[in-house]
Amino acid sequence: MITGILSHIVLLLLFSPLLLGVIGKTKALFAGRCGAPLLQPYFDLRKLFGKGFVFSETTTWVFLAGPILAAAVPLLAALLIPFGALAAPVSFSGDLILFVYLFGLARFFTAASALDTGSSFEGMGAAREVTFACLVEPTVLFVFIVLARLSGSLSLGGMFGSTLAASWLSGGPALGLVLVCLFVVLLAENSRIPFDDPNTHLELTMIHEVMVLDHSGPAFGMILYGSAMKLFVLGALLVRLALPWQTGSALLDGLLFIAGMLLLAVMIGAVESTMARLRLVRIPQLLIGTTLIALFAMVLVLR
Amino acid sequence: MLEVNNILLLLVILINFFTLGSARLGACIRAVALQGAILSLLPLTVHGLNAHSLVLSGGAFVLKGVFIPWLLFRAIREVRIRREVEPRIGFVPTMILGALTTAGSFIFAGYLPLATEHQGTLFIPTALATLFTGFLLLITRRKAITQVLGYLMLENGIFVFAVLLSTAMPLMVEAGVLLDLMVAIFVMGIVLNQINREFATLNTERLSALKE
Repeated sequence: MITGILSHIVLLLLFSPLLLGVIGKTKALFAGRCGAPLLQPYFDLRKLFGKGFVFSETTTWVFLAGPILAAAVPLLAALLIPFGALAAPVSFSGDLILFVYLFGLARFFTAASALDTGSSFEGMGAAREVTFACLVEPTVLFVFIVLARLSGSLSLGGMFGSTLAASWLSGGPALGLVLVCLFVVLLAENSRIPFDDPNTHLELTMIHEVMVLDHSGPAFGMILYGSAMKLFVLGALLVRLALPWQTGSALLDGLLFIAGMLLLAVMIGAVESTMARLRLVRIPQLLIGTTLIALFAMVLVLR
Repeated sequence: MLEVNNILLLLVILINFFTLGSARLGACIRAVALQGAILSLLPLTVHGLNAHSLVLSGGAFVLKGVFIPWLLFRAIREVRIRREVEPRIGFVPTMILGALTTAGSFIFAGYLPLATEHQGTLFIPTALATLFTGFLLLITRRKAITQVLGYLMLENGIFVFAVLLSTAMPLMVEAGVLLDLMVAIFVMGIVLNQINREFATLNTERLSALKE
């Protein structure tokens, strides 16, 4: 169990910024640029952690709690899910609820620390973020219900465990729908392009970026690292669902998983390069549509 | 073959949702054309390769996947409209209604006294769901052209039913149905042009204001 926890944490800490690098490189290639080096996110993080804290006089402890939780929550959530065929180190019945609401907790504190600055601009971002988050949540829960029904287990370790390959045979159509839904959830939760542009600093359009404008130095580094890890954790669910094989050897399993994650990063980069950002009023429509597809997948397996 | 059928029918249902949620007429027409093309594959996957199913599938593909979409694209080019503005019921509520009717048709199909080989398949629920989606489009949209799309979708739903029966149904009946459909779309195309010439818009609610 200790080695399991260690290997999960090490994989997560080592590889999560690489995903951002791969996404950036893919986007650069699509645009015909050479792009920043693959390891750029690591350099950015080192730079940010080398700076000092700057706090506004009007802020309280809540302002620092946001970034700390943003970095700590993905680390905890990662322990509940399998990375590829590497089993989840911590698994108990009902941990899917904990998984969903751990991210809810991080979001609450990020929004609270944005409100803590007293800037109306950040309040607007917080309002948008929580609005869209509460439209994403039902999709995630429906997806988990489908997986729980197919695997007959109520823990994430069981749902994404060794029964997954057999579930593809019995409930293939429903799992296909679930895969699409999870991809949309991944893009929406990590504020990627059809929903939010991670690079924009245009005031009227951004959602997530708005909330973290006043953070700097190590606090901002924790937020960046946290969002990279969140992408890694949610992506791990998707990759596990798409590549449900167990090879038996831990090394091969690990390599398959990392290859899957890099492929996922390339796919996200391709989506970001080929799609335009949605208008803000269209986002709830798309998210509700995704929820309905997840609901439909549930009808398919419950029938 | 069962797996291929299931995937085709799932795609049909996903297109239903897409059409209910999309505001762009071009995208809607393309979606319905794609749905027709997918459905035209069904006779082949259900009944295997023989002359009967080949004719049925070829006819359906040419008519539903190519000819009618081409007519509709011509129509929207002539009347120069791009999107459905403010439908009678918003996009999100119609999508939710669509999901409810889809779930309902799955439940309802479970109670129908079907032949044993059709029980538990996706055919009947998909047919019902597509029918209901067509109804919803007909009821909730203001533009005449989206209503034509609703009508087409209704027919797509009936086609799914017909595929199950097509061994028992003579070719002439199916040819008649397809011909009916084509004539109807033709007439609607002419009507569209007339409405547009008279009112400079395609909103059908203007029609009820004719009191003179």
